[in-house]
Amino acid sequence: MAIEHPVAPAPGDQTRIHNIGYRNYDGPRLGRSYATRSLYSQSLRGSYGLGRSVKSKVLPMLLFVVMCVPAAIMVAVAVATKAKDLPVDYTRYAIIMQAVISLYVASQAPQSVSRDLRFKTVPLYFSRPIETADYVRAKYAALASAMFILTAAPLLVLYVGALLAKLDFADQTEGFAQGLVSVALLSLLFAGIGLVIASITPRRGFGIAAVIAVLTISYGAVSTLQAIADAQDSSGSIAWIGLFSPVTLIDGVQSAFLGAESAFPGAVGPSNGEGAVYVLVLLGLIAACYGLLMRRYRKVGL
Amino acid sequence: MYDPTVARLTYRALLGRRRALILGALPLLLIVISVVVRGLAGADDQTASDLLGGLALATMVPIIGVIAGTGAIGPEIDDGSVVYLLSKPLKRPTIIFTKLIVAIGVTMVFSALPTLIAGFILNGNGQQIAVAYTVAALVASIAYASMFLLLGTVSRHAVVLGLVYALVWEALFGSLVSGARTLSVQQWSLAVAHKVAGGDLVTSDVGLTTAVVLLVVVTVLATWYAGQKLRSLTLAGEE
Repeated sequence: MAIEHPVAPAPGDQTRIHNIGYRNYDGPRLGRSYATRSLYSQSLRGSYGLGRSVKSKVLPMLLFVVMCVPAAIMVAVAVATKAKDLPVDYTRYAIIMQAVISLYVASQAPQSVSRDLRFKTVPLYFSRPIETADYVRAKYAALASAMFILTAAPLLVLYVGALLAKLDFADQTEGFAQGLVSVALLSLLFAGIGLVIASITPRRGFGIAAVIAVLTISYGAVSTLQAIADAQDSSGSIAWIGLFSPVTLIDGVQSAFLGAESAFPGAVGPSNGEGAVYVLVLLGLIAACYGLLMRRYRKVGL
Repeated sequence: MYDPTVARLTYRALLGRRRALILGALPLLLIVISVVVRGLAGADDQTASDLLGGLALATMVPIIGVIAGTGAIGPEIDDGSVVYLLSKPLKRPTIIFTKLIVAIGVTMVFSALPTLIAGFILNGNGQQIAVAYTVAALVASIAYASMFLLLGTVSRHAVVLGLVYALVWEALFGSLVSGARTLSVQQWSLAVAHKVAGGDLVTSDVGLTTAVVLLVVVTVLATWYAGQKLRSLTLAGEE
């Protein structure tokens, strides 16, 4: 091996480095924010399978269609029957379609982060100018945006349909705006929970099952307990139980502050005081998800 | 038909390291909820039936079935290490059968056993409810494990497909369209549970004969087809 030779300059020192024409790059460097933006847009496109194989486009696109078709049918019915109001509130739509939303976040969150862990590409990202915080922010923002597109598109369909059916403009706009705020919160919360769980395991299949288990089991447990509390006439505890699952948390926030009707048993939504606790827990959870992701990626791949 | 080495490997793949803890979290949650409900509401047959039917049988058994059924073979096919197993002088149906036995065992231990415990906590097996739902969970474990094992050999997206079946078909369509309930593992196992409990608390939309025939047919067909599928397995590259 050549490197084993001791460095002993030959008498007369004949060595020289030949210039064979390599040049330095002296063009503009796009820097950290550009790399972060690229990661964001690639992750967002990836959540809908754009730029990936046909097979991986099927599921997200199918779920997107399944999300929008009921809204289109409702609009068609409302226009045809000249109804005075839409059959479903803007804020209620996401609660009804929660199974589809859960499936989407469960299938796309591991897709976004688990594969980077499994194929050990995370160190490659960090060899670029981006830092841990940039990676986490880009991935989080991308999944939250993808969720927002998924949940806001049917609301847009409903809104446009409502205007076409000549429903009251001010009323519908208010409802639409409240619906948008609610699904934005929902997107942030679900994306955070999905990413935290998915970033723990490099196994895609296991990540999907774990995300679904957390979302549906917590909802199943909470709604069962609420139904029992309702049957026991202890309606005061219904609102407090609702704090323990993501879907009921969103439901509570929007029925306290966004003029939604609660989907809790007996339609007992939280009061304003309890609603404040709901908002605090919601924002706390989102912050906690972000913090956990930062902690997870501080040491990963190094 | 049964190979202990394959069984050991599958068992370690399913429960090795920290995975047993994660799988154990779900049953633990069920038991904790039962204790809370017993404390809040006291012993009540209707409540016990609602909780065991709604949470244990409708949600927990399918999810554990998906994890165990697809997890028994899916990851191996995914990362390609299944070729080392397939190149051994073992019949492919033997491999499938062994993996199925392990998957069924894991699903039963992690879903039927907690159901029994939760049932006893909730109302002390009044009107045979705990035993009835345990039998339902045992029967459902066999059918789910064989179905999801088949999915694991057919598709790379087995987990998603399995969850779509369990959550969208059985839960969503099952509650909207009554015809969908005829083709649901949950209802078949409830029919068996109905026979065990005898009362009106555990009911099913499917007759016992239909349910048993369909359960056996689905389990046998799924296992046989998974064996066939493994015989002609082609390894695809990463997408």
